[in-house]
Amino acid sequence: MQTSNSRTALAVAGVLSVTIASSAFAQTTLTIGTVNNGDMVRMERLASVYEEQNPGITLDFVVLEENVLRQRMTTDIAAGSGQFDIMTIGSYETPIWGANEWLVPLDDLPASYEVDDLFDSVRDGLSHDGTLYALPFYAESSMTYYRTDLFAEAGLDMPENPTWDQVRDFAQTLHDPSNDQYGICLRGLAGWGENMALVSTMVNAFGGRWFDMDWEPQLDSAEWNEAISFYVDLLGNYGPPGASSNGFNENLSLFNSGNCAMWVDATVAGAFVTDTSDSRVYDSVGFAAAPHQVTEKGSGWLWTWALAIPTSSQNQEEATDFIAWATSQEYSELVAAEDGIAAIPPGTRQSTYANDDYMAAAPFAAMTLAQMEKADPNDPTLEPVPYTGVQFVAISRFQSFGTNVGQQIAGALAGNMTVEQALQNSQQTVRREMVRGGYID
Amino acid sequence: MLLNLHSHNLMKTLLATVICWTVALLIFFPIFWMVLTSFKTEIAAISMPPQFIFEPTLDNYRRIFERTNYTRYAWNSVVVSVGSSILGMIIAVPAAYAMAFYPSPRTKGTLLWMLSTKMLPPVGVLIPIYLLFRDLSLLDTRLGLTMIFMLMNLPIMVWMIYTYFREIPPEILEASRMDGANTREEILKVVVPMSKGGLAASFLLALILSWNEAFWSLNLTASRAATLTAFIASYSNPEGLFWARLSAASTLAVAPILIFGWLSMKQLVRGLTFGAVK
Repeated sequence: MQTSNSRTALAVAGVLSVTIASSAFAQTTLTIGTVNNGDMVRMERLASVYEEQNPGITLDFVVLEENVLRQRMTTDIAAGSGQFDIMTIGSYETPIWGANEWLVPLDDLPASYEVDDLFDSVRDGLSHDGTLYALPFYAESSMTYYRTDLFAEAGLDMPENPTWDQVRDFAQTLHDPSNDQYGICLRGLAGWGENMALVSTMVNAFGGRWFDMDWEPQLDSAEWNEAISFYVDLLGNYGPPGASSNGFNENLSLFNSGNCAMWVDATVAGAFVTDTSDSRVYDSVGFAAAPHQVTEKGSGWLWTWALAIPTSSQNQEEATDFIAWATSQEYSELVAAEDGIAAIPPGTRQSTYANDDYMAAAPFAAMTLAQMEKADPNDPTLEPVPYTGVQFVAISRFQSFGTNVGQQIAGALAGNMTVEQALQNSQQTVRREMVRGGYID
Repeated sequence: MLLNLHSHNLMKTLLATVICWTVALLIFFPIFWMVLTSFKTEIAAISMPPQFIFEPTLDNYRRIFERTNYTRYAWNSVVVSVGSSILGMIIAVPAAYAMAFYPSPRTKGTLLWMLSTKMLPPVGVLIPIYLLFRDLSLLDTRLGLTMIFMLMNLPIMVWMIYTYFREIPPEILEASRMDGANTREEILKVVVPMSKGGLAASFLLALILSWNEAFWSLNLTASRAATLTAFIASYSNPEGLFWARLSAASTLAVAPILIFGWLSMKQLVRGLTFGAVK
């Protein structure tokens, strides 16, 4: 009898221990929607370290094209289907989605995260009403890349902080299309995140703005006309053929192949143009500030790729822990150890730029830092504006009218219409959208 | 005179051959270029003028296999495209049979209405379908994707099979009925064997359309049921060079269906030209 009892006890203990063990190791799968950027791909690879440290967590990455990702995220949040626990979003969506209460507020981060180490501009860009809704994975401003060898040959000197007039003069001197060498490469492809990123910073630099304080569109102003005329003239005369279909990647290809004397674009390209395996001009690239004109305000943009948690996620606690890890100093140290110090995700933490080893290993780091410190999404223009965002207007309607204006400007660049026509059409479109949105009558 | 006629015919044959080859090469070139680019480095992939001779590398393939589980995507593609095509055949054959052999005054209208559903852009029904899938727990499942692919291809399948069935003389069916065949036997033992080529072509077309479908697989799947089109999309990069690796991913994605299409070319051509040679 006693034997039978002890057997039963043993069996119960066995079942209990198995149950406890299985619940202790119950796997939580975090589904992460992300884009195929170099830094994101690296995170995907190094995430196995996090899984080893946290045996109960499995990370499932869903990599999508940027526009598809945006559409998927919006559908997922709006339908509350909880397909994703973590989303990769930008500084445009974060405050809008945060205000809509679609994202989990991140105000309970552990002290070890050192939230004050993040650049203020980056943190502000990911907040709504002072609450942080996403953690920055990497951030970028814009700057001027130029070919030091061509400048030396022509006896030219690029100032550290050039004006657009100076840039045009350099482009004129260095433009040699018969040898496939173009004075300047700039974004021409229509899209709110493509040509409009550059064009908006040019308008800012020429003293213009998207809206006045009463939300009245300003695209028919003299500043817009001057900026767009300058852009069309510069890129049309000294740019590569078919510039109206060139986005970031096309210009990167041209610059890395040695076809551009100058290129004004994202600071994140610093790592690509100096890459010994992917760039033919890696040893002759110089870095200067994004050009200004009547003002330096808003002459360089600010964009952040960040990790956020939708309120529909069933695993919010675990997701918060992972995004805190992936955007931490600990993660930066891991990247430095695995892939070299120059590969640390740029633009988010001040401590990265206080590291002498990083500054020595990344020749573009000093200019990136200067540009990041200059960009202020809360004060982006010469005249006051009611919106935040340097190269975008952080309202939900911008995505639609921004692309529409981008198409008009690409049309002017391709010679399908005059700058005046393009701006007149744009003004009408934006005004109509703002009336529909109830901003103006 | 005879010599003249002979040389005239020779010229005609030669011209036809040259035109055929030119068209074939024009169609084939993008695929050839994609395969070639997949063996280049990123810098060689973007070089101008384009390089035909270069030092090939397998690095792009190595990196893809290191990063993604190709077989999972490929298996999902096989399951949903074969599954949806079989399911489509099961529904389309009886539907086409009824329409071809027992037409009613509304048959033509029904056929046109079925086809008109193909004119609606899929994005127009994305939200209702998404909500339905969410409520039925079909998001990111192979079953859900199989059903949506089947529904997407059903109008074309019914139309195609209907035209093949119309080629069969009704007298043959009458004869089989005289011999005591019921409807099931009529379909399976008479109609289907007589339009084997057409049915194979319809099945293959549905298979290819499902294999290449991107919109629904990108919008209704996440990680578990994602197909090869989602696999390709994951290699497009907004900030960075990616042509060589994207070409390698695309080559891996089209390889299975290309090989399958090549092996079944005879049936496909026979089925597609069946009506023309009657």
